[in-house]
Amino acid sequence: MNESKHEPIIGLEIHMELKTNSKMFCGCRADWFGQEPNTLTCPVCLGLPGALPVPNKKAVEWCVMLGLALGCEIPLFSKFDRKNYFYPDLPKGYQISQYDQPLAVNGWLEIKSPTKTTGDEDTSDGGEATTSTPPRWRDRKRIRIRRVHMEEDTGKLLHAEVDGQKCTLIDFNRSGVPLVEIVTEPDIRSSEEARIFLKKLHQIIRYIGISDADMEKGSMRLEPNISVRELKSAQNTSEVTRLPAGRQGRGSSDGEGIKEDLPNYKVEVKNINSFNFAKKAIDYEISRHIKLLNNNEIPPQETRGWDEKKGITYSQRSKEEAHDYRYFPEPDIPPIRWTESQISQLKSQIPELPDQKVHRFMAEFSLSEYDATILADIQETAKYFENALSITPGVSLGLSRGSRITPKTIANWIINKRADITKTTPEELVKLISQKSQVVQMDEKELEAIIKKVLSANPKAVSDYKSGKEQSLMFLLGQVIRETKGKANAEQVKQKLVQLLKYPGV
Amino acid sequence: MKNSSNNTNSLTDKDVQHVASLAKLALTKDDIKKFQKQLSEIIHFVAKLNELDTQDIEPTSQVTGQENIFRDDVVKKSLTQKEALANTKRKYKGYFVVDAIFD
Repeated sequence: MNESKHEPIIGLEIHMELKTNSKMFCGCRADWFGQEPNTLTCPVCLGLPGALPVPNKKAVEWCVMLGLALGCEIPLFSKFDRKNYFYPDLPKGYQISQYDQPLAVNGWLEIKSPTKTTGDEDTSDGGEATTSTPPRWRDRKRIRIRRVHMEEDTGKLLHAEVDGQKCTLIDFNRSGVPLVEIVTEPDIRSSEEARIFLKKLHQIIRYIGISDADMEKGSMRLEPNISVRELKSAQNTSEVTRLPAGRQGRGSSDGEGIKEDLPNYKVEVKNINSFNFAKKAIDYEISRHIKLLNNNEIPPQETRGWDEKKGITYSQRSKEEAHDYRYFPEPDIPPIRWTESQISQLKSQIPELPDQKVHRFMAEFSLSEYDATILADIQETAKYFENALSITPGVSLGLSRGSRITPKTIANWIINKRADITKTTPEELVKLISQKSQVVQMDEKELEAIIKKVLSANPKAVSDYKSGKEQSLMFLLGQVIRETKGKANAEQVKQKLVQLLKYPGV
Repeated sequence: MKNSSNNTNSLTDKDVQHVASLAKLALTKDDIKKFQKQLSEIIHFVAKLNELDTQDIEPTSQVTGQENIFRDDVVKKSLTQKEALANTKRKYKGYFVVDAIFD
């Protein structure tokens, strides 16, 4: 009951390692996973005195491309900063990151909202979108992206016991691996929305091909921040959730709908490595906060960890002391200045993204949104589908009459996994489908003869059907299919059967 | 430093303790007294810069005038594990070793 009076306010921070060949500021190999400890290091990533970091051009460009794919503005000026803190995984005593002038700002990602919002009238507020953006679906919701910036990963800590003594082991192979941080505005209103957002972000990252975004290897890490606000009256829920697209959005001109009084606390849950854990951690936090709020307590602002075995979050006392990172501009790295043409050049390197692909599949091949979404889910599947289409006679010209194979047929074969597309080439698939569909399209005359035979052998069933017993049709259908020895497909038989029952003379 | 925007540019005990904890230093009461004085003097000295008229001067953190210094994404040879660990006293099976950190 109480839950209807509360509304979760959720923002996300996502860290993701880029799959460049070399590290962010030195030439050590970036692919650290599974390597012998401390075999991919040099004076730069070990933080030895006198070493000079030089940014990896590809990493910086990829970060900008991701920003563009998320609809961000790319400021023409950007720089690196030092974030100072002491921790054994950070040998320099500071992390090279970006503070006030990140590579990309003010973007958005549109998700399919799990809750249907009513009065959803802002589908036509365009103008901020990039030209290649598909039209917006009605059940969509935009999650604003505050920033996308470039930084470096830290070393990896292992907690162990050596000679009966508890200690921490450090492997610096991961130190200095290019890390992109994505920060959303607190626009997410449920754990399910968070999960959908993360899946979609993951998909886009994979499409652009800049990271494995492998959760198990820790190359993508999630940090939700959660608070819960009490709603004064129930009916403004849906309006509150509609945040303006794009820009800052705080205090939009007329007070209608948008009331941005966020709770004065938030709880961050650190280093979650699966979408489902993120969802569970958020749900756990929401109900914990509601309980506290119902007791007139405000949940303390803190950082919490996620215990995946117990399915709970726990307070991380060690990190409670107020963060004071004393950011200042990285003096060793000159700033970055882009030209407009460099930005548009990077933009042109972004492949067709999932939403655009879904729209094109629907428009070009008359697929349903459902089919198109499944095909576009993984880039390789979409590519396979299009390859198969391109070699299907007739289809690519939109002439599906000559050939029995329609885009829908191919889509079905792939979606229903009737062929293993990892082992079947598109050519083989098309051949397979045309063989099958020839068998399925049994000769009409032959089929008619079989049906007539079955009908005259089962006069009772025929009269039952005529007096309105629908089950008799299924019985007759079964008989016919048995007679055809499975050579005809059920739909074809059914059509013909009904036709002959109604007009036996034809 | 948020507390030092007043005219005296003096640090409080609390400021000193805060800076010490960021630097992971354990200070005695006497230390705090001593550093409070010393650090305040330094800040006071640096505050002399405020006497300059900087109205028409653009803030900068870079004086070389360089921009867009990048390297290509090419892998170079790393140190060997032995070289990487050469200067540490505590090592174990190829790892650096430090006192246990609790998370």
